[in-house]
Amino acid sequence: MKLAYWMYAGPAHIGTLRVASSFKNVHAIMHAPLGDDYFNVMRSMLERERDFTPVTASIVDRHVLARGSQEKVVENITRKDKEDNPDLILLTPTCTSSILQEDLQNFVNRAGLDSKADVILADVNHYRVNELQAADRTLEQIIRFYLEKARNRGELDTVKTEKPSANILGVFTLGFHNQHDCRELKRLLNDLGINVNEILPEGGLVNNIKNLPKAWFNLVPYREVGLMAADYLKAEFNMPYVSVTPMGLLDTENCIREIIQIIKTNNPEYNFDFNSYIDEQTRFVSQAAWFSRSIDCQNLTGKKAVVFGDATHAASMTKILAREMGIRVSCSGTYCKHDADWFREQVDGFCDEVLITDDHTQVADMIARIEPAAIFGTQMERHIGKRLDIPCGVISAPVHIQNFPLGFRPFLGYEGTNQIADLVYNSFTLGMEDHLLEIFGGHDTKEVITKSLSTEADLVWTPEALAELQRIPGFVRGKIKRNTEKFARDKNFTEITLEVMFAAKEAVGA
Amino acid sequence: MVNLSSTEKLTFDCETGNYHTFCPISCVAWLYQKIEDSFFLVIGTKTCGYFLQNALGVMIFAEPRYAMAELEEADISAQLNDYKELKRLCLQIKQDRNPSVIVWIGTCTTEIIKMDLEGMAPRLEAEIQTPIVVARANGLDYAFTQGEDTVLASMVQRCPTNSTSEKEKGHTPKNHISLKNKSFENGTESKTAEKSLVLFGSLPTNVATQLTLELERCGIQVAGWLPSPRYADLPVLNENVYVCGVNPFLSRTATTLMRRRKCKLISAPFPIGPDGTRAWLEKICSVFGVVPSGLVERENQIWESLEDYISLIRGKSVFFMGDNLLEISLARFLIRCGMSVYEVGIPYLDKRFQAAELDLLEKTCKQMQVSMPRIVEKPDNYNQIQRIRELQPDLAITGMAHANPLEARGINTKWSVEFTFAQIHGFTNARDILELVTRPLRRNQALESLGWNQLVKN
Repeated sequence: MKLAYWMYAGPAHIGTLRVASSFKNVHAIMHAPLGDDYFNVMRSMLERERDFTPVTASIVDRHVLARGSQEKVVENITRKDKEDNPDLILLTPTCTSSILQEDLQNFVNRAGLDSKADVILADVNHYRVNELQAADRTLEQIIRFYLEKARNRGELDTVKTEKPSANILGVFTLGFHNQHDCRELKRLLNDLGINVNEILPEGGLVNNIKNLPKAWFNLVPYREVGLMAADYLKAEFNMPYVSVTPMGLLDTENCIREIIQIIKTNNPEYNFDFNSYIDEQTRFVSQAAWFSRSIDCQNLTGKKAVVFGDATHAASMTKILAREMGIRVSCSGTYCKHDADWFREQVDGFCDEVLITDDHTQVADMIARIEPAAIFGTQMERHIGKRLDIPCGVISAPVHIQNFPLGFRPFLGYEGTNQIADLVYNSFTLGMEDHLLEIFGGHDTKEVITKSLSTEADLVWTPEALAELQRIPGFVRGKIKRNTEKFARDKNFTEITLEVMFAAKEAVGA
Repeated sequence: MVNLSSTEKLTFDCETGNYHTFCPISCVAWLYQKIEDSFFLVIGTKTCGYFLQNALGVMIFAEPRYAMAELEEADISAQLNDYKELKRLCLQIKQDRNPSVIVWIGTCTTEIIKMDLEGMAPRLEAEIQTPIVVARANGLDYAFTQGEDTVLASMVQRCPTNSTSEKEKGHTPKNHISLKNKSFENGTESKTAEKSLVLFGSLPTNVATQLTLELERCGIQVAGWLPSPRYADLPVLNENVYVCGVNPFLSRTATTLMRRRKCKLISAPFPIGPDGTRAWLEKICSVFGVVPSGLVERENQIWESLEDYISLIRGKSVFFMGDNLLEISLARFLIRCGMSVYEVGIPYLDKRFQAAELDLLEKTCKQMQVSMPRIVEKPDNYNQIQRIRELQPDLAITGMAHANPLEARGINTKWSVEFTFAQIHGFTNARDILELVTRPLRRNQALESLGWNQLVKN
């Protein structure tokens, strides 16, 4: 058992449902108790979805517990088949149903006989994988199912398209700015003279999956979802893939170069002048290169930042801050523990330390210890920042509704670099304004905290010492209080008197 | 086809139970705030945690007094000892927060793996010297607000009885104010203990105070509330105590009060809306032999003050999809406001506990000359959406999963969970109910002329 207040990645079935409901005309049926269909609320509220989320529950109640689901699951599947005529029905186990150990595969087989829709069972283990891993797995499972089906029917068309073309894999519902990123990627590919063959799963039709092998290559923009499918397509159809996330100027360039490499191998005649394209985009279309050079950005030099998020966004952000803006990343971290090695390799040399954890208190303590000028993290880090008075730019899921903006806000491609530059700049200037306010005597009623957020206050300040502390200017008061308390703890003082305070000042030069 | 012919009696249907509602563990959200010295430990999986985290939004960041005991694979397969694991976590909670009571919320998973929470709690309680209350608020058995019902039913066992307080003479708990009512002053105090009134149901403190004052105006003292703002102040319960519920979803608590503590249950409509509040007060008064004065005038006064809102909804129709068990009371109030109700979906209906409320609903329908609504227990959301499409109600009261899709199809919706969190009890808060009900109508009135009501492609 683990005492937990907050989690960065959701349970496995959420990942499966996100993939299933991203497809058009695919229905997911959860084998779950009442109340587990919370996914529908999230999709309807966060994405402001106009359509009914194609997810229903086959309710596990007391009767199911006593006698087993019996006909219930099969009936729910065939009923949904008649009501909505979906192309595919995906039966999704939940943590509850997976301990019941019912033979769900058997239900799927039986329901498959009576339904027009294809019926498959999502193959994920609830106690071993999280939301992101499950999404990756489910996407691969669906693609594999339809390609094998097409092959068995002799409908598989592996002849490449005449013009260069790409599939985009891993864009899906409730993903962080995924819709905007997708639009930006299409624009980028279009600029390079590459057609988009299929985009999966968002808005895709399962019956078009058989066209996947016609593309020249696959583009997997996010590390978390799509790689398994890309690996499968590579093994099965010898399709190359590009998995460099085009986030930031340098990685967008790397991504383009990899793409060009693949196209040239297949078609030596392809003579797009990509060097001047990249140069033009970098120096003049995107404002980020110029921003880095401008005196605004000069003020950010050496400022400390902390980055935390999913592997894709945290790694890319770390590289952007360090390489492209000259900001010092004191700590970079991710909650994707399953991908820790990749993450370490990516951020190696771009940050002082690496933190791999899914425990938000560790992240909070790290931030409190480092006291960065800005944080780039998830909504959790934003709230940690609020408590510590440190500005935070949100760069990764988990997110709130305000991170599903209506306006065009990609993080990828050249427009993405502009958005990121704005985000970074706004975060830091807000911090500066805050400090200026304090210097000029802005209202200051904030409580000062210790070096670690989770330790409780065990030190007593005498009234004299407290009065002295109040006389210290606001913008350094917090630091002095923390340093004094740290000194007192180290020396085992329980009471902070004026003497202790001055001793601390002498010792640490606070 | 939907039968719209007016009927003489209420009709009751039961559908498949394929509907959307919150998991009952959500009760920790309001109960941890109500019981200030408590700590709620939800023993479940990531799924439960994810639900709480998302459903409670910002609250999660406020260092709440609740947490998950997240079960891992080793717990499920019994490689770890439940007792030792829970002891470790509870000791940590005790050290970090030092609560007066720890409430264990059992979930679907603890049910399925048959974790003996009720058996472990007393042992662990003796060991760590902090009371542990066990409530099985799981989605296998209950819906949404029924979670509170399971917690309060368990709390009943922890309430002191008269005998315990008599032992420590003179130390009557401070919240036990006995009835100083004329009709009871004749009884010899030494032999017959005084009759007292305890109200059950968790309400925000100011709403509880409002209801207490309403009763005081009628000459009745409230001896205590279940739950009390502090665990140590739980009310005295014994055979001389009359109890009355303030919320329609508290049937288990009512049963436990009657069977385990021999309390006498006052069956009344619930104090939601001015009509419900008056009926509730009158019923309590009649049990205590008090003739209240000025209640009718007070009710009329409230109705008059609501006229600006009522004029917006009079003659309009409403459809309850059903998810929080407040539906019968709200439907009754809205009918009295002049609306007609097509359907009252409700997760579970205890016809005995809600008897007085159902009577009042019937009476109200006759009085307002509208047809009796169809009451659908364990509704089927898919079927309900078909019926909504057919009936085109002026307002659908529904969960968030369906609200946006219905709005996109031109149906006005009100998110039902807001009724659970808003202050809707008593005379004072009737306006708040109508503020909620009329909000989509007022908003859409403003947008109507733009002609963008259908926002989906066919």
